[in-house]
Amino acid sequence: MTVPDARVERTGTDPDTGYSSFRLGSFTFRRDEYFAHVGWPKGSHIIEVDRFLRAMVRDIGWGFFYGWIFFDDLFGTTNHYGTVDIFAGAYDRASREAGIDWLETFPAEAVREAFEAISQDWISEGYDPLNAPLETGSPIGPKGKPRTDPLVRSFIAADRMLGLPGDKPVRSDATGHPIKRAFADLDYEAPVIECEPGFEGQLHAINLFEHIARSDVTWNPSISAVTRANICCVTSEEHMLPVIHGNDRNEWFIQLTDEIHWTIADKNSGAPRGRVVMRAGDVCAMPADIRHQGFAPKRAMLMVMENGTPGLETRYASGELKPYPVEFG
Amino acid sequence: MAYRTEVGSLQSYRKGLIEVDDDLRKYAFSNIFEVAGTSAPFERVAVVQNLDYVAEVVRVEGASGWYAAPHDEFAIVMDGEVAFTFIRLAEGQVPAHGGGAVLLSGEPNGPRMGRVIARRGHQVLLPHGAAYRMAAEAPAVAIVQTVDGPLTVKRWAGICRLEGEGR
Repeated sequence: MTVPDARVERTGTDPDTGYSSFRLGSFTFRRDEYFAHVGWPKGSHIIEVDRFLRAMVRDIGWGFFYGWIFFDDLFGTTNHYGTVDIFAGAYDRASREAGIDWLETFPAEAVREAFEAISQDWISEGYDPLNAPLETGSPIGPKGKPRTDPLVRSFIAADRMLGLPGDKPVRSDATGHPIKRAFADLDYEAPVIECEPGFEGQLHAINLFEHIARSDVTWNPSISAVTRANICCVTSEEHMLPVIHGNDRNEWFIQLTDEIHWTIADKNSGAPRGRVVMRAGDVCAMPADIRHQGFAPKRAMLMVMENGTPGLETRYASGELKPYPVEFG
Repeated sequence: MAYRTEVGSLQSYRKGLIEVDDDLRKYAFSNIFEVAGTSAPFERVAVVQNLDYVAEVVRVEGASGWYAAPHDEFAIVMDGEVAFTFIRLAEGQVPAHGGGAVLLSGEPNGPRMGRVIARRGHQVLLPHGAAYRMAAEAPAVAIVQTVDGPLTVKRWAGICRLEGEGR
């Protein structure tokens, strides 16, 4: 069902917890001390509130990212680049067989407004869902003092390469990004750039590991360099990816440091397929017909290679492109 | 608590594992250091392919020839120290083929732009309009973000794990 004119509504405030409840289209959202509750005409669902908020702020910050963002096995969003589906049970076999699955399509801006309104109401001072659990407080309990700093820190997206004049800056002490504790053991020397007279500013290099080591968010990539539509994203990962990602195209992971464990499942049914453990130097494709979730025991550096060519999602969805990147004997 | 960051190198790396009930070729699981360890110097071996786009692993050992591409490329050094030297190309010397690097027939006759000395974790712009050469005294490893081109080597069956065991 498409709901072109939907806007988020605040439907009430719980007198005991202080949290507001919301409606977008047929979906309702409320929270208590421990859980988020999502309702729709055929059913309802409960999600632990830390996980719900970690997923929601990333979904906003990513601009709904590529393809499917599962907050858990049941609830999530699908990006159609202009419109966004909110679904419950639509990609869960049991929900479909029970006939309780639900999906509505909204303008992306309406979903962004709704998720921002919910996040701002449900997140109190002392809790930052973009930080690793060891670096922030807890969201459980009644509503506290409102946060005044930005809840959402979006992609840092270089146009050509981080640090070039006029492009996005590299993180540093000056930008307010100290080296994170888990990467304090590395050396961070700068590359040596020697320009001949007349070519000053035309050569460029950065310490990419330092940029990642200074990231104040986890599981939230930034684009460091772009070759045509070949996009290099880098990110620091700690604890668990609070969503399950089902891409609408093939993507690639390059493990730069440490170790990440990925669980792999069928994208449409959620049926488990197995796991991949990636260590420093490993490279692995994430095919377009899976969903994956990452677990990083220690903060790790990950590079993700994406193909940002417009319209790829429809070419994969139609079967024109295969849901895996290379063929060999 | 003190943390120890694990990085890999040509001499020391621990490959991960893949255990999926699926065709492992779909995941093309490889390791940069393992690929570089079995590559000839300056072979540009694809470890990532996204339709027209690739990431190539390059074992840098000694001095390469001169490369140029009709677009920006980017190199990340993953092990060792690499010196990138740049020469400005005249307009007619800039390659105009579809994409990816080509090896020039010799040193271009344009002006030297300078050089970048990069070590592990450094990302270097290989700018459109310039020729570049890579050099390393000791074997080093770089990943190059580029377009599938005439120098891209594809030997997926040789570099990808096709059985589900770790080592």
